[in-house]
Amino acid sequence: MNVTAALEWLRGSPLLGLGLTLAAYRLALWLNRRAHGHPLTNSVLIGSLLVIAVLLGCGISPAEYMKGAQFIQLLLGPATVGLAIPLYHNLSRLKRAALPLTLTLLAGSLTGILSAVGLGAAFGLPHEILLSLMPRAVTTPIAIGIAEHIGGIPALAVTFVIVSGIFGAVVVKPLFSRLRLDDDLVMGVATGIAAHGIGTARVFLLSETAGAFAGLAMGLNGLVTAVLVPIVLGFMRL
Amino acid sequence: MIETLIWLIGYQLAGELICRSLALPLPGAVLGMLLLFLTLCVKKGIPTSLNTHVPQLLGHFSLLFIPACAGVIVYWSLLTAHGWSLLATLAGATLITLLVPALLLKLLLARRRRGGAA
Repeated sequence: MNVTAALEWLRGSPLLGLGLTLAAYRLALWLNRRAHGHPLTNSVLIGSLLVIAVLLGCGISPAEYMKGAQFIQLLLGPATVGLAIPLYHNLSRLKRAALPLTLTLLAGSLTGILSAVGLGAAFGLPHEILLSLMPRAVTTPIAIGIAEHIGGIPALAVTFVIVSGIFGAVVVKPLFSRLRLDDDLVMGVATGIAAHGIGTARVFLLSETAGAFAGLAMGLNGLVTAVLVPIVLGFMRL
Repeated sequence: MIETLIWLIGYQLAGELICRSLALPLPGAVLGMLLLFLTLCVKKGIPTSLNTHVPQLLGHFSLLFIPACAGVIVYWSLLTAHGWSLLATLAGATLITLLVPALLLKLLLARRRRGGAA
């Protein structure tokens, strides 16, 4: 018997991160069903907490975990492209609401930038943190680009993006139901603007239409925010 | 399934190549989504394979975010260095950014509906 060598092999194998992620997700789905879809049993939140618990409990480094988990992360791109399908199903709705959507995107992107910087400044957070907060509402690859461009800290920006996304995904359903804002189009667009892909994944489970508009809003919000952040910074430094 | 993957990866690759060569501030996958959407508009229809398999893939969209979210532990000390003020900022800003566009869009759509009826 050579259990130590076997465990050592497992630690280095990509199968570990791959299997762990799938098992954590499966368990999170089960828990969510048992809790009748309670917002706090969000599958991204519970799934990542389970993964983190195993990593810390077994002393597996994030790098060892990512050896396998990267294959799952790799599918994010193609899945994002796939959002074009539900979007096409809503083509007529998209055409009818084109102008309101454009105005909402511009206002929403500006709100996303200013709310984070404003609150952060009110809490007395340091300058480089405020810079890293500006792209908080956009999808990770864009946030990294913006943070680099304006002198923020990309790793910090990514962390802010993810925490915001999880928070948004958890609160969106109860918040919008209570305020009677749970129209597919309205909820989808707001979620895409405030909580990017993680929020999109959440509302996609509520309705394909909401998911489609969230995906569209996420992409366009990222583009608008990338353009607006340097402009806002220019104004703030005057 | 294979056909679906070829469509999706093909459009992402096209998006990545265009974004990188033009230095656009956009992830290749997002441009890929817009390109695929335009293609469907021109074709006026969705290939059967995409129509069957993409909803199945998107049904598990949440799974694909778990690796990145679990990776946040690497930066946990950065997040807690400023205590609750940072988490409160993120939570508050996310709430504001959810509500402002939602209320605005609801208002604009309602005005349009009234305008259309008049």
